[in-house]
Amino acid sequence: MIDVFFQYDFLRYSFYTSLMIGILAPLVGVFIVVRRLALLADTLSHITLTGIAFSMMMARYYPAFAAINPVYTGMGFAVAGSLMIEQLRKSYAYYKELAIPVILSAGIGIGVVFISLADGFTTDLFNYLFGSVAAVSRNDFTAVAVLTAVVSLLLLLFYKELFFLSFDEEQAVLSGIPARALHLMFIVITAVVIGISMQIVGILLVSALMTLPVAAAMRIAASFKQLFLFAVLFGELSVIAGMTAAFYADAAPGGMIVVINLLILGAVLSADRFLKRKEKPVWTSS
Amino acid sequence: MSADREAVLELQGVQFGYSSRPVLEDIQLSVAPGSFLGLVGPNGSGKSTLMKLLLGLLEADEGTIKLFGTPVQSFRDWNRIGFVSQKAGSFNSGFPATVFEVVSMGLYGKIGLFRFMKKKHKNRVMEALRLVGLEEYSGRQIGMLSGGQQQRVFIARALVSEPELLILDEPTVGVDADSVRNFYELLKELNRNKGITLLLVTHDIGAMSDYVTDVACLNKCLHFHGATGEFISNKDEMMRAMYGHDVSVIEHNHDHGHHDHHHDHDRSEAVK
Repeated sequence: MIDVFFQYDFLRYSFYTSLMIGILAPLVGVFIVVRRLALLADTLSHITLTGIAFSMMMARYYPAFAAINPVYTGMGFAVAGSLMIEQLRKSYAYYKELAIPVILSAGIGIGVVFISLADGFTTDLFNYLFGSVAAVSRNDFTAVAVLTAVVSLLLLLFYKELFFLSFDEEQAVLSGIPARALHLMFIVITAVVIGISMQIVGILLVSALMTLPVAAAMRIAASFKQLFLFAVLFGELSVIAGMTAAFYADAAPGGMIVVINLLILGAVLSADRFLKRKEKPVWTSS
Repeated sequence: MSADREAVLELQGVQFGYSSRPVLEDIQLSVAPGSFLGLVGPNGSGKSTLMKLLLGLLEADEGTIKLFGTPVQSFRDWNRIGFVSQKAGSFNSGFPATVFEVVSMGLYGKIGLFRFMKKKHKNRVMEALRLVGLEEYSGRQIGMLSGGQQQRVFIARALVSEPELLILDEPTVGVDADSVRNFYELLKELNRNKGITLLLVTHDIGAMSDYVTDVACLNKCLHFHGATGEFISNKDEMMRAMYGHDVSVIEHNHDHGHHDHHHDHDRSEAVK
């Protein structure tokens, strides 16, 4: 069934890309979930839409712009948006969560204006919103591969610092870990991963691929390391099955990938109820 | 305090206020190596502020603070100090990390950026867990442990980098009374057998005084600073000076039936 992806170039590169986002999105997703930043991922994906809409609008009025892949404009907007969120969180120190709805609505509002000024809703735009099985060209794929390598390397290098910050920020800072710089790096990584992933799963569902596999993995992982292992396993399973299903059903892959993730989550939750019943938390005093 | 041994911690004439409201006035405090100092004071007495000053998170308006003879502003050897925060226990108990992983964090600062955990680091983590008696729990998820056990995990995390001074800020908050005693026993052992200097900050005067070697009473200024025996014999007077009125400290008679009283006592203090 999967072999169809290797018969056509345009499918092959999409398939390789989906294999990579099946790893990347859950890896970043683990930190997003444990740091309670799930809504941040959603917000950043909406700003990515603004960037893409901007790019499409510019391409209409200035044809030279068409040479730039809208995905990169989207990533640029997401990075800028993440910095604005940080700024807003400082301005509203006591209502930090306010930054999220402000940027979220700004992203959609401005995005819709750009879309109207461009051609309105086109097939391209539909693909960006819900994903496509054939969105990735050979050149794009090279960029995806490089970005995947860089992001994976950074996550591996700063694994222990990000882990410490997620668990106990105060103590992490006291032990000399540069919290601000790492937080900034992490947000930029998130923006990049959203940009890569949205080509396959679409803007509206990109945060699903970051959170759903992690949600399932959380129920069975015994350690933080296992959390990554299971999250990536579920992520890969969902993209492979989702892409295949999307191709044969001629459906948007984003939707299919989310459906597979929901099935995994449902299976894990019901299995968990049977297995965990025996094992109760130990409440003996030391 | 002998003059030939450099104090682990030394405060001289330390003054601090938030805007114009003075919080700490003229604090003189000295912690000799190998001692176990209990720093007590009611809520709002400036204990937390003093902690922040010691850790360099705040800067004193006046006076000097020295850690191992170095002024805190230029102190960089943070590995020599272990710190167990009041908030250590308030992590998200669903966090999917094992006891081993949590204790490992204590080494991250020492290992440094761009470096990874090695075999020797893993051995040290197990060693620290052995010290607090939680060796068998290394693979357990931290959220599955009891409050008392979790507190020991955080002690292990502070111990794993082999600090010479261990600072504990209200470590027994939220830990049941039986575990509190066991916990103080553990601290006493670490102090005696491992030679680790301890600074215990607490509002719980009762149980603490059975274990510490020195006591300091804080309420804006230091009301007492000396050996525990001296503190106990002047306790009533001390309490009056510190709290501004008579306080009956419920003595620990090692009878486990009276813990409810003890809790009431804690609570009534907390209200003030």
